[in-house]
Amino acid sequence: MMKLYDYILSPSCYKVRLMAALTGVKLDLRAVDFHPGLEHRGPELLALNPAGSIPILEDGDLLLTESSAMLVYLAAKAAPGWLAGSDAEEAARVQQWLSFSGRLTASLGGARLHEMLLRPGDIGVLQSQGIAALRELELGLVEQAERGKRFLAADRPTVADIACFPYVALAPDGGVSLDPYPAIRLWSRALRSLKGFIEMPGIHRLHELKPEPQLEAGGA
Amino acid sequence: MTVGPMLDEWYPVGIFGQLDEAGRKTMLMDEPIVVARDGNGDAKVTDSSGRILPVRVRYGHVWTSLGEPKKELFAIPEADQPGRRFVDVGVVRVRCSPLRAVENFLDIAHFPFVHTDILGAEPHTEVQAYKVEIREDVDEVWATQVQFYQPQAAKSASGGITTQYMYRVAGPTSTVLYKTCPPRPSEWDVITLFVQPLAEDLCDVWPWMALFDDDTPMTDLIHFQQTIFLQDRSILENQVPRLLPLDPGMEMPTRADLTSVAYRRWLKRHNYTYGAQLVAQ
Ligand SMILES: N[C@H](CCC(=O)N[C@@H](CS)C(=O)NCC(=O)O)C(=O)O
Ligand SMILES: [Fe+2]
Repeated sequence: MMKLYDYILSPSCYKVRLMAALTGVKLDLRAVDFHPGLEHRGPELLALNPAGSIPILEDGDLLLTESSAMLVYLAAKAAPGWLAGSDAEEAARVQQWLSFSGRLTASLGGARLHEMLLRPGDIGVLQSQGIAALRELELGLVEQAERGKRFLAADRPTVADIACFPYVALAPDGGVSLDPYPAIRLWSRALRSLKGFIEMPGIHRLHELKPEPQLEAGGA
Repeated sequence: MTVGPMLDEWYPVGIFGQLDEAGRKTMLMDEPIVVARDGNGDAKVTDSSGRILPVRVRYGHVWTSLGEPKKELFAIPEADQPGRRFVDVGVVRVRCSPLRAVENFLDIAHFPFVHTDILGAEPHTEVQAYKVEIREDVDEVWATQVQFYQPQAAKSASGGITTQYMYRVAGPTSTVLYKTCPPRPSEWDVITLFVQPLAEDLCDVWPWMALFDDDTPMTDLIHFQQTIFLQDRSILENQVPRLLPLDPGMEMPTRADLTSVAYRRWLKRHNYTYGAQLVAQ
């Protein structure tokens, strides 16, 4: 079985758990004492990942330390429909958002670690970079809607959506509001209603408290 | 805002095991302080003028006071009981009133809605009658005979059980709960919420546990409690008004939050109003 070095509160680890749940893959979870123990910076984990970050995924000889690669691996093994199809533009968009997701980790993820777990950082800079990334994502989704597509790279969810979703959904933990982004909220609802969707603390299952935001094609 | 009588109370300001000589810069009720380990390995807390503040090291944490404590730090006898495991869950910062963090911890009615399938589940949302009192001898709020159905009461529980609870407010921002201990029915598990008030609307929360559970790895015990507390955090950050209203007429008491009513009454009686909103009549 694939082994995931995991932390229940880590959005990057949650990406991998979520992808596995959506594609029906079972993971052997190895809990890492990220907080307060900083186990990811201890000798055992640094030997696996010198970058000192989690998640880490092991499958036989394969050792991965980048969540985007883990999503691709899970999808390729169990559910290739989550990868880009043969269309060049779609393939490029998947890759574009997979890389972009690193900016969400650095900005919104950094703001969340600062505000919640007291990690050092310049909160003003982290939040404004997070807001810039959210605006870019909102625009990307509005443009996709104009093309008649509900997700970041296609009209079906792909690994790109899973790579971007967790840090976006948890932006309020870092003091960044999602109120200004109706397309992001609609996209978040679509992802949260997927069959097999799982939660993490701070990302709630879909309930009908709030009405759906309306998004007109061609509107802002 | 003057701090008032809360100045003379004890507050948690760090995990003892994590101190170093460089010290940890933090706040206590708007006052900058430094929490460090001195050359002898003892905890030392100083304020911005270099004044050395009173210190206790108990329950895994360092405690201090900006004033002159009239009482010793409250006792948790279970902390000295052999066979228990002590869990430093780690700090979580919450943008809310420290008093609201305590009040939320006391409220059992939110379990099925916020901690769904762990501490509660629909349709088991009924909170049965229980007893609340202010114990004058120790000057603490206690709720006893609390019962609730829980799908997964603890990491050590293997299925749904009806859990017995006792709640205790031991200081203005320190609260302790006692709950059924699945592997040892004759004992209580102890779970605390120690709250460090940074400002009236900002706090660092230090959960701590003393459990009978020889099987669950320490990291899993930590993550179980962090999961639960993180589910509360987003609720706490969205509460309106931010400060805890201390006018009894303001929020309708139901049976489920009798403990909250007693807590508010006790705060008012002691003039513990840092983090509270007093409603002008
Ligand atoms: N390699 C990146 C790293 C993800 C990441 O930043 N993970 C956080 C936890 S959510 C981490 O390990 N941070 C290290 C630290 O804060 O010490 C990925 O897999 O996406
Ligand atoms: Fe809660």
